[in-house]
Amino acid sequence: MTPPVTPVRTPRRRSRPADRGLDRSFRYVAVGSGMLILATLASVAIFLIIEAMPALTHPDLASEIPWIPKDGTLWSVVGPLIFGTILAAIVSLVVAVPIAVGIALFISHYAPRRMANALGYVVDLLAAIPSVVFGLWGVMVLAPKVQPVWQFLVDYLGWIPLFAGDAHGNASNPPRVLMTTSIVLAVMILPIITAVSREVFLQTPRLHEEAALALGATRWELIRMAVLPFGRSGVTSAAMLGLGRALGETMAVLMILSPGLLYSFKLLVASQQQTIAANIAARFNDANDIGRSTLIATGLALFVITLLVNLAARAIIARRKDFSGAN
Amino acid sequence: MAATDTLTPDASALRLALTQVDPARRRKDRVMRGLIYAAFVLAMIPLVSLVWSVLANGLGRFDLYFLTHSMRNVYGGMDAGGVYHALLGTILITGLAALISVPIGILTAVYLVEYGSGALARSVTFFVDVMTGIPSIVAGLFAFSLFYLVAGPDSRSGFVGAVALSVLMIPIVIRSTEEMLRLVPNELREASLALGVPKWLTIIRVVLRTAVAGITTGVMIAIARVIGETAPLLITVGATDSINRDPFEGNMMTLPVYVYRQYAAGLVPCTPGDAACIPTINYDRAWSAALVLIILVMLLNLVARGVSRWFAPKTRA
Repeated sequence: MTPPVTPVRTPRRRSRPADRGLDRSFRYVAVGSGMLILATLASVAIFLIIEAMPALTHPDLASEIPWIPKDGTLWSVVGPLIFGTILAAIVSLVVAVPIAVGIALFISHYAPRRMANALGYVVDLLAAIPSVVFGLWGVMVLAPKVQPVWQFLVDYLGWIPLFAGDAHGNASNPPRVLMTTSIVLAVMILPIITAVSREVFLQTPRLHEEAALALGATRWELIRMAVLPFGRSGVTSAAMLGLGRALGETMAVLMILSPGLLYSFKLLVASQQQTIAANIAARFNDANDIGRSTLIATGLALFVITLLVNLAARAIIARRKDFSGAN
Repeated sequence: MAATDTLTPDASALRLALTQVDPARRRKDRVMRGLIYAAFVLAMIPLVSLVWSVLANGLGRFDLYFLTHSMRNVYGGMDAGGVYHALLGTILITGLAALISVPIGILTAVYLVEYGSGALARSVTFFVDVMTGIPSIVAGLFAFSLFYLVAGPDSRSGFVGAVALSVLMIPIVIRSTEEMLRLVPNELREASLALGVPKWLTIIRVVLRTAVAGITTGVMIAIARVIGETAPLLITVGATDSINRDPFEGNMMTLPVYVYRQYAAGLVPCTPGDAACIPTINYDRAWSAALVLIILVMLLNLVARGVSRWFAPKTRA
């Protein structure tokens, strides 16, 4: 008969009430800051809506705000602003995506490995440069250089509506036009598109690449058959992220573009379009209460548009479960 | 013998077919290679041009005087004025923004990695993604509206700008911290818990301690990202020519806004023959301030990289 074993009870450290209390409060603090994120985002939407309300419900906005055309409504300015914002962003995207994909391919499949890291760093440097410096460079350095190019486009491709000249058949000089703005925006969104595309290209399954090479593919055919099909959704979401950036960019547009409120596709003529963000930055400090409210209403529209674009980008990324390096 | 004779031409033809690519395909390969190299060179042009013009135009006025004087009582084409008030404002406002964002960001990342599960964690992850995409000007509008409703008009101050910057900074801090925390091996947590260390202490003394270099790097890169933000500060903090050391009261100048304001001031109409008047003084100051700003950003990036290189935990023996 062995005596019943009584388990030795040593006091366990974690059962001390002070520790339990600290444990619990630490968790509450962590959970609380997580909820704070949700609260912040909700309050962004709520405060914008509260502040935009006076403008949204005002019966005769045009009489109060000088920059709304006579007998116009809120929509008669928000419409052209949304149009200008999207046009500028899309033109910059059309310029940036092919170049970004080219750089990403160069870094992932052409440059020597050691050089590739350094090049990736150089492209990241572009992302670190503040937008106001891009604006300054765009208007002081780039604009004088591109004017002859724009004039050339008007002279020889003027029959395309996008490149139509002004009443005298000229490109505006100084070229504070949407095209110049979009070029600068394109330079600004290059790094994010490049970074995401490069990540996806580097994740192309080694076996796919080797299979293509074994079949006698040239380097380009390898890219065409193995890398690009694999990376297509990644490039798409990268482009959407870049689009989101371009839509919300303020300073470059504010400093370069000569504003106008028209539904105009003329990229090479000044005073045609304006973007929401630049319009807010240009008018906010001088506006009275109702003017500010109107500007906040346009900001709300920008918030919703960028939200949709970013959600679309995230949805595309989320569909690729194996790809998670994007941001 | 006969067999090899008949094989030889076949073999050489085969070798030819295997080693040589059809000219059309080869041409296409070369063209695409050229295009891809060209894309890269094309992207380098703006970077080189930008850095060059900031250096060439900015170095002229970039000296100790420029860094230690404000714009108070500077007018017209005077050969004077500096960036001190803007530098001070940028440091105060960005510092405040970091003070707000870093604790919230790190704690949220801790929540997501150490505690998070279920619907709340999923929605926090999702909305952090959404927050990353908020345009900076909308963040400025939010901060302005918040303080306008709470504190009434004339609520413009450095602190409002810091709140706007925090909205932009928090998601960046969360993302990078989260990534770093996920790199901490689970064995470390388990070992600590097995020794009876309570979870909160494990997180602080083991998990965060292991990841501290990566977190610091992430925070510095986040600071570098928001230090150049202009639009939200333009509408929340305004501008001033004098030194304002109190971020809770009155307008403040910041470097990016200074660059913009100097640019917007444009050329000075000088009377001919006035030697003391420099027509391009505003542009010169804008370039020099841009140089100061870029140096700040690059320093932050370099230090961030240094931190991650020198203080990273040595995982391999």
